[in-house]
Order: sequence, then C-alpha cells, then structure tokens
Amino acid sequence: MTAATHDEHHAGPPSSFLDRWLFTTNHKDIGTLYLLFALLMFFVGGAMAMVIRAELFQPGMQLVDPYFFNQMTTMHALVMIFGAVMPAFVGLANWMIPIQIGAPDMALPRMNNWSFWILPFAFAIMLATFLMPGGALAGGWTMYPPLMLQHGMAFPFAIFAIHLLGISSIMGAINVVATILNMRAPGMTLMKMPLFVWTWLITAYLIIAVMPVLAGAITMLLTDQYFGTSFFSAAGGGDPVMYQHIFWFFGHPEVYIMILPAFGIVSAIIPTFARKPLFGYSSMVYAVASIAFLSFIVWAHHMFTVGMPLAGELFFMYATMLIAVPTGVKVFNWIATMWRGAMTFETPMLFAIGFVILFTIGGLSGIMLAIAPADYQYHDTYFVVAHFHYVLVTGAVFSLFAAAYYWLPKWTGHMYDERLGKWHFWLSVITVNVLFFPQHFLGLAGMPRRIPDYAVQFTEFNMISSIGGFAFGLSQLIFVWVVIKCIRGGEKATDQVWEGARGLEWTLSSPPPYHSFTTPPKIESSAGLEGSPR
Amino acid sequence: MKVTKRLGARLGLGLGLLLAAGPAAASWGMNLTRGVTSLSQSVYDLHMLVLWICVVIGTVVFGLILWSVIHHRKSRGVTAAQFHHSTAVEIAWTVVPMLILIAMAIPATRVLVAMHDTGDADVTIKVTGYQWMWEYEYIDEDIQFFSRLDRESDRVRQLRSGLDPREVENYLLNVDKPLVVPVNQKIRFLLTANDVIHSFWVPDLGWKRDAIPGFINEAWAEIQEPGIYRGQCAELCGRDHAFMPIVVIAKSQEDYEAWIAEQRAEANGVPEVAAEEAPVEEAVAADMDMDDLMQRGEDVYGAQCAACHQADGRGNPPMFPTLAGSDFVVGPAEDVIDIVLNGQGAMPPLGGVLDDADVASVVTYIRNAFGNETGDVVQPADVQAAR
Repeated sequence: MTAATHDEHHAGPPSSFLDRWLFTTNHKDIGTLYLLFALLMFFVGGAMAMVIRAELFQPGMQLVDPYFFNQMTTMHALVMIFGAVMPAFVGLANWMIPIQIGAPDMALPRMNNWSFWILPFAFAIMLATFLMPGGALAGGWTMYPPLMLQHGMAFPFAIFAIHLLGISSIMGAINVVATILNMRAPGMTLMKMPLFVWTWLITAYLIIAVMPVLAGAITMLLTDQYFGTSFFSAAGGGDPVMYQHIFWFFGHPEVYIMILPAFGIVSAIIPTFARKPLFGYSSMVYAVASIAFLSFIVWAHHMFTVGMPLAGELFFMYATMLIAVPTGVKVFNWIATMWRGAMTFETPMLFAIGFVILFTIGGLSGIMLAIAPADYQYHDTYFVVAHFHYVLVTGAVFSLFAAAYYWLPKWTGHMYDERLGKWHFWLSVITVNVLFFPQHFLGLAGMPRRIPDYAVQFTEFNMISSIGGFAFGLSQLIFVWVVIKCIRGGEKATDQVWEGARGLEWTLSSPPPYHSFTTPPKIESSAGLEGSPR
Repeated sequence: MKVTKRLGARLGLGLGLLLAAGPAAASWGMNLTRGVTSLSQSVYDLHMLVLWICVVIGTVVFGLILWSVIHHRKSRGVTAAQFHHSTAVEIAWTVVPMLILIAMAIPATRVLVAMHDTGDADVTIKVTGYQWMWEYEYIDEDIQFFSRLDRESDRVRQLRSGLDPREVENYLLNVDKPLVVPVNQKIRFLLTANDVIHSFWVPDLGWKRDAIPGFINEAWAEIQEPGIYRGQCAELCGRDHAFMPIVVIAKSQEDYEAWIAEQRAEANGVPEVAAEEAPVEEAVAADMDMDDLMQRGEDVYGAQCAACHQADGRGNPPMFPTLAGSDFVVGPAEDVIDIVLNGQGAMPPLGGVLDDADVASVVTYIRNAFGNETGDVVQPADVQAAR
C-alpha cells in the first residue's frame, strides 16, 4: 500500500516500521490499523461464539463449566461490539471520510493515532481478565447489578478497559465531526456529502452523547463496590433498575452507532452496481437523523419486564414502533434505487443485497419485540438473540464485508479474487441463516438466552444452529485469505474500479497517494457525486 | 387474519412456509404457546397478528427485491433509468407504515392495560428469587417453602456427568416441590429477590416479570385448565441461572384446598419437611453417630450447598468461598451453624429449609469432608440451642 505511483506528492510513508505504524498520523494507515485490529477481534469474539455453540450442540454439560460459559457469552458481546464492529466502522471512517470529502487527512491526526493505540492496550487488559482469580466478567455485557458486583478481580479491570474504549471512541468521534464540519472541499455542501459521510456525522454525535453515560454508569458500579455508595442497592436507598435505565440510555443509541454507518455503506454500493442514482437522497438523510433522534427516547423497551408503570410502557412501546417508519423509508429507497437499474452482482453488491433482505428480517422481528405485552414472552429468550444477530451480523457485519470488498481495490490497488469473494458470500449467507433463523423458533418455544444447558425439546434446533455456527465461522477464513491475496497482488485496479462508481474517492489513483487532496478539489455541481444522475 | 394466513401460506415464503407447516414440526416446538390463561391467549393472538403482518410485509418487500434482481440486471441488456426522486412515493411509504403501526398498537394497548390490572385477586403468592432457587409464600395461608431443581436433573447436569439428559423426564424443568395454585381464581404474584435480579417466567401464564432485590413487582394469572406448567428463570443470575426451573401445578378448588390442609398438617406434624416453626422437641433430642451424620450430611450438602460451593467443596471464589481447607469451616462450630441457619451475603438463610438434624449433619459433613478433619460431631441439640 505505498504511493509509488504518484510522485507529484512530496512524501510517501516513513520507511521504518515503527515510524510508519506506531507513530503514524496518516488517516489511511490509521484506518488500516483499525480495520486489521477489528478483523483480529472478530476472530477472537468468534472463537468464543464457537465455544458457546459447541456447548449448546446438545443438552447436558459436556465441555465447559456454566460459569465459564457465562464468561464466554459476556466477553463475546464485549469483544464483538467494542473490538470488532465499532473499530471496523471507525477504520472505514478514517480511510474514507477524508477522501470522500476531498480533505488531506483527518482534522486531528495526532489524536487519531492515540484513539487507535488505546485499543490494543484496552483489549489486552480486557482479555487478561480471563487469567485473573474468578475469571473474566460473566454477568452479561449489560453488566447489571447486583450480579455485576459478585465478580472478583475482573470487575475493576474490565471497567477500566471499558473506560479506555470509551475514551478512544469519543476521541474518534470528535475527530470525525471536526473533519466533516471543517475540511470539506470547496463546493461540497452538507447536502452533497456522500451518505456514508452523513451517517458517520450523525453516528459521531451519538457516540459523543452516550459514551459518557456508559462511563457514568460503570463508575457508579465501581463506587458501589469499593467506596460505599448505594446507587444501585435497595438496602442503601438506591435502585438496581436505575442502572438499567442509565445503561440502556447508552445502549440503545449504541445499537444505532453500529448500524447507521452500515446504512451509509449500502447507500453507496447499491447505486454503483445498479448504475443508477440513489433514490431519495434527502429523505435518506432525514431518515437517519430521525432514527438517531428516536434512539434517545426508546431505551426502556429493553426493560419492559422490570415493572414500569403502564404509562411508561405505553410511551416506550409507541416510540419504539415509530422507528419502523424511517427504517422502512430507507429500505424502500434502496429498493427504488435497484428498481429499473442495470444491476451486476459483484461481491460488494451481493453483500449489500444480503444486508437489505436480512436486516429487514431483523427489523421485522424488532417490530414484534416492540409490542410490549408480547415482549413479556419474547424478552430474554433466543428470539431476542436471533433478532439482534440478524441486525448485527447480517446487518452491521455484512455491510462491513460489503465495504471491504467495495473499497479493497481502492486501498490496495489490486482487484480481490472475485471467485473467492462469491464463495465467501454464498457460504456466509446460507450458514448465517442456518445459524440464526432456528433461534427464532427456540425463543418462541420457550428457551431463555444465556443458558449453557437446556431442556431436551430444544435439542434439534440447537444442533442445527450450532452446525450453522461452525460453518459460518469457518467461512470467514475465506475472507482473510481474500484480503491477504489482495494485499499481496492481483489484477491492477483502475482509478474508478467499478463502472458505476461515483464520488471523489474514485478520482484518486488506486491505491491513492499517501497524502491525497493536499490541494482541495473544487466541486462545481453535484455531477459525478454519489446520488447524481449519470 | 384468515386472508393474510392463506396469502402467506400460498406464497410459501420464509417464515410463512415454516409456520404453515406447523403441525408436522409441532413436536419440535417452534411457536409461542397459547398458554392456559386469558392473558396468554390474548398475547398469543397479538403475537400471531403481528407475525402475519410482518410476514406479509416481508413477502412484499422481498418479492420486489427478487423481481428487481431478476429483471433489472445488466446481463439482460437493460439500460439503467435515471430517476432519483418522488415526493409522492416518499409520502406514501411514510404514511402507510404509520397506519399499519397504529393498527398493531391498538390491540397491543388493550392487552397491556389488562395485564397491568392486578386488583381483586383471590390468592396472593409472594415469589422470591434466590441464587438458585425460588421461595413461595402463600400470603393468607401461612405456607412457605423453597423450590429447586430436582435431584435427578441436578445429577445429570453436572459437567461431564456422562449421563444422558434425554433419559430424564422433564430434564431441567422439574423441581423438588412445585408451586400449587387453584384454577379459575385470580392469582396475584408479588415478585422479589434476595440476592440478584431473577425473572419469573412460565410461558403458559403469558408473561415474565423480573424479581428485583429490594423491590416488589406485581403480575397476575387466572389459569383456566388444571395441569402442570413449566418455566424457568429468564434473567441471567449467575453460574446456575439455567438450573432454577419453575413448576406450577394448577388444581381444582377442592384439590387445592386439600393440598393447603395437607401442607398445614405437615408443617405442624412432621419435622422432615420444610417448616418455618421449630420442629417437635422429641425428634431433635436424639443424638446421632458420626456415620449417620456424615451420610445424611452428604445428601443435604448435595441438595443445598453444592450448587455454589461445588460437590468437592472448592467453591467458586470470591463469591462462593472454598470450604475445603477453610479455617472458618473447621473453626468454632457455633459460627458455622449460625451462617447455615441465618445466611450471610449471597448465602441464603437455610434455617427454614433444614431441620436441626439436617443442619447438624451438613455442618458435621463439611467439617470432616474435602480433606477437612476436625473429627468432632455436631448434634441436633447444638443446632436447636443456636436457633
């Protein structure tokens, strides 16, 4: 990934390995670091999921102690959320936002370096808790007290690690906001920005708004445990449910932090491969903004069963149902973009279409979960597990694969192996449904989540789900092979890469020079931008 | 409902197909139960309504995508249209979903309001969650007992037990002493917990509700058919979260009253069974020898203590202390008896569950097992003195 081809730019990357990667302030290198780190964590979290599915393959306890199982479910979630999905989106933001808005780099490059390099240390601490007396966190990633207060040494260390992750995310988000608001090329008005930039701008505000709330919640846990406060203890006049309110005030926007940039990616890919402008650009922007706003007033739908007053439950039920409207607008706009286009189905498009269909399944089960009286049955069952994995795996993760395949040629200067990419897609899309679709049935039939052993009537679907899980896990190794192959060589990519691609990043060489847009491009009209007529 | 059902089945797509094929797969259990209360029936109807609406929406949306993918592809030689905006269409697909949502919200509101009406109850039962068992208290009847995973399931569910769960009847969904309730009576449940948050869930009753330490939640059920209904804790509550089932037996009014009378008689007469009041004097006074105490102690330990402190006494520190080699366990016997009777921190008070002989046995056992060797015995009389 060097810039040897563009000698009009004065400097390439530093030649020393440490200078280049440890001290880097270059948005492309930091983006690469984020993406590779996220990929590594995807496999760490995935390995934990394999342990979970192996123990659940049949009834009875065959492999691990129930307490270790709980550590697996808890750490799987924390690693996947904070280690894989969020850093992957930040990595894409780093790589793509400057070259999509015609900026030379991120606004705050040194802070950018720090945002990334906090992550490996935070995760070293987080994963080291497995070796501590009592093992890692095992009370669920939601960390509800009083259960959370039963942990041993892992408790303060994990909280410290989450604080570090929060600091990293907040700094990354501030950087994104500062870059987008200050460094757009002349003529790039807000309403001409690519959707990926728009979704990230809104996501960044969500991060800045809610990560401090999480920090507050876990700090209160810390003082409850070590400094004699009683925020969450009824015996001292506190309330364990208050923690849940604070946590989910963070937690629900957090869900959208992991899906809004995915909307941006899909909104870039579908027009490219349909060779047709994005349908309803401005309604897409407004829909994302509405979803972001609604995300702040729906948190208690995660806690319908805690015993809220009727008026509260009704409010949160109605508000949650409302989210279906802007989400529906987005799905319909994507379909309208495909409609009467001239589509081709390279791997990024396959993952994008897979996203639209499977994310919609997650959205529809989300509507079911929003119905409070029915949620009394669904809550804390495998139905919920199926729902959020459709949204996060076939939603967020599929969009990340789509993005990787879409921009890999731009990043590396080589085309990836299309045949392997298609294998990756088809194996993933089949196995992921074998993995998660039966979990709907398990949940409806009465299997609670977060259990290492179950009544025998749940055996068949668990076996199917586990087989799907192992196959899905193995299929992801293809992706690693595609990426390695693509970095090492392959057919030379053109600047535009995809016939239908529009936007500033495609005006740069592939790979782009180490420092791009050192003189800002001038945008006269919206022609040539994403969503413009061709 | 019927129209959408037929439509969904005919289109035979996705969930629609799978659910329409219901009877064939019924033994696997893939849908929500109708349950046995009026509430659970309305929840089921609501669930099916929303499910079918979602299936229809999904079918339309996926059908459009499929059509587009088949027909609007470059390999068919089409040229891409360039339209990219239509306010009328945007308004339509904002308004129509709104109307569908309102159609779902109206019945949902009705059911929710009914669920919250816990007044005019005939029977009130206080349910307390412990790590990892349930305590039931019949508020007006002066009956109270604990209910935990049955011994058979407990034996089989141990790590690498080598035993086959398929051979156990109602594996993990059976208890030593079920909750008994009358049919056709409005039962009000008062839910709370002793240690961490639990959640009381019997699918056939139509709801789950969290049991939260320091707070009391309310819910109600009116069971329409006698029968045995099974459920389990639904909120992660630590190591043995999967192993605290709930069994509710609904009996006719006469049978229920007979059961109540039986419980009262047992509570007053036989010391073996869970009883709050001190057992009868004679039964206690008899001293037991070491072997008897150890044997009975091992049983009691397996039933009451092993979940946390482990069968081999190594515990799960720091929450559940190691008993093997513990200075406290082999220290003064009175202190050990006191903790067993009255509990401490996460340890539940077992004075109400165990009689004097049980406590004496289990204390003797832990002081002389797992490598602990005090060599002394604790007699039921010592326990009685400590009560």
